[in-house]
Amino acid sequence: MTEENKNSGLDKEEEYIINIGPQHPSTHGVLRLVVSLKGEIVKSVEPHCGYIHRGIEKMCEKLTYPQIIHLTDRLDYLSAHINNEAVCLCVEKALEIEVPERVKYIRAILSELTRIQSHELWWCSFGMDMGATTCYFYGLRDREKVLDIFEETCGGRMIVSYNTPGGLMNDIHPNFQKRVKEFLKHFRKKLPEYDQLLTGNVIMQERTKNIGIISREDAISYGVTGPSGRGSGFSCDVRKHHPYGIYDKVDFVEPLYKTGDTFSRYKVRMDEMWESMKIIEQLIDNIPEGDYCAKMKPVIKLPEGEYYQRVEAARGELGVYINSRGDKYPYRLKLRSPNLSNLSALNVLASGFKIADLIAIGGSLDYVIPDIDR
Amino acid sequence: MENSQLKERILSLVPEAEIVETKQYLNAIIPKEKLHFLAKSLREAEDTSFDYLFCLTGLDLMDSLEVIYHIESTKYHHCIVLKTSTTDRENPILDSVTDIWHTADYHEREVFDFFGIKFNNHPDMRKLFLDETRIEGFPFRKDYVDEINIVER
Repeated sequence: MTEENKNSGLDKEEEYIINIGPQHPSTHGVLRLVVSLKGEIVKSVEPHCGYIHRGIEKMCEKLTYPQIIHLTDRLDYLSAHINNEAVCLCVEKALEIEVPERVKYIRAILSELTRIQSHELWWCSFGMDMGATTCYFYGLRDREKVLDIFEETCGGRMIVSYNTPGGLMNDIHPNFQKRVKEFLKHFRKKLPEYDQLLTGNVIMQERTKNIGIISREDAISYGVTGPSGRGSGFSCDVRKHHPYGIYDKVDFVEPLYKTGDTFSRYKVRMDEMWESMKIIEQLIDNIPEGDYCAKMKPVIKLPEGEYYQRVEAARGELGVYINSRGDKYPYRLKLRSPNLSNLSALNVLASGFKIADLIAIGGSLDYVIPDIDR
Repeated sequence: MENSQLKERILSLVPEAEIVETKQYLNAIIPKEKLHFLAKSLREAEDTSFDYLFCLTGLDLMDSLEVIYHIESTKYHHCIVLKTSTTDRENPILDSVTDIWHTADYHEREVFDFFGIKFNNHPDMRKLFLDETRIEGFPFRKDYVDEINIVER
């Protein structure tokens, strides 16, 4: 090593800092990662958040409960329906309103469709992160069909705002059941193609197996939930442990893997798409007749107190904490976003692996930046 | 463990704790000096093993600043809520629980960002979201005034 190389930072013994983002395709949004490297090996990763912080929690303090629904879409925009459901369930819990059975069924079906389309997009971009461009065409082809169902019934494609405290905005479209069944028939045939294209691929397996390992204890301690937590064997499915809506009556399996590497996080999501289809199939033919919304007062005022609701969003556990002083506005509304906790484990996951693996690990955590920043 | 057993356990560890039972969770209001001790004891005892902190919330109660910890045991699936507060608005300091639950790291930084509560023994007490050079004060406090961006109706 010459003197000149030492000064230019090419000395392999020395750590050097590389900056990824905030504008970078593989951070899936405006996230900045400051990575400390020794040669090619990642020594530490320090995420910098806040580039699209909008202060949604503060804005909610000046909005009525039906208005808040339209902001929660904008958190994790890929599981917009589930976010809305969380706030609605929290308000309904506070008011002690029992929503009609029909609403519970439709909500669960739409939540699972949301989960499927979210995982489809994750699969696209995960392949893309590792250089497999074809995944994008396969995934978006099938996701489009789910979005068409949303458009017909909810009016929106991604930002649906279909829930409202007490039930739903509108009744389902007459074509809804037919189209969901068509989609399931189509997707049951197409999902094995995903495995043929990517799961068995040697390059993909080499790049994900035994890469980015987090133990079960660490996953719990860092609060890594959702498919990322289940990849480490942390049984954290809110639908199983603290069921809400109709989930205590449907039969599904919580996929768990022990290894905790990138590949097991990948496998959990692939399995979850099958499980979601299973849930929808149990519900779609049995939607009971009835109202699509419970009778609500025109102005919703929550009784004084604190309320907390947990739901299983596509990326992990979403929590809504509402502190009410008896007004039509919340005194404080806190959103426990799954992505912030998942991101906090990135340093543990990536340390000791190569910088190219950092991109694959980030892809397997599937973070959505607006949900981190809120 | 049932709520009544948990209540007894907390009172035996911290006699000055105030227990409030709501429909959902058991709330324990703890003096700020005792919070870290209680959290560590609840985390380490075999029959409680609260190993999962699922929500950490900051709250401005006008006369005091409060932090709320929602914790769960992944083994027994019982949940409780711990609360602690400080009346010092100028220089509020609480004890960090990052050594007990690592996820508290980011959440405490978020609380520092929005409410200005500093945490003792935190490994990296910096703002998480806001840019210090552009935003003064702590926006989630109820007495925060921003004439440009927050319009009063």
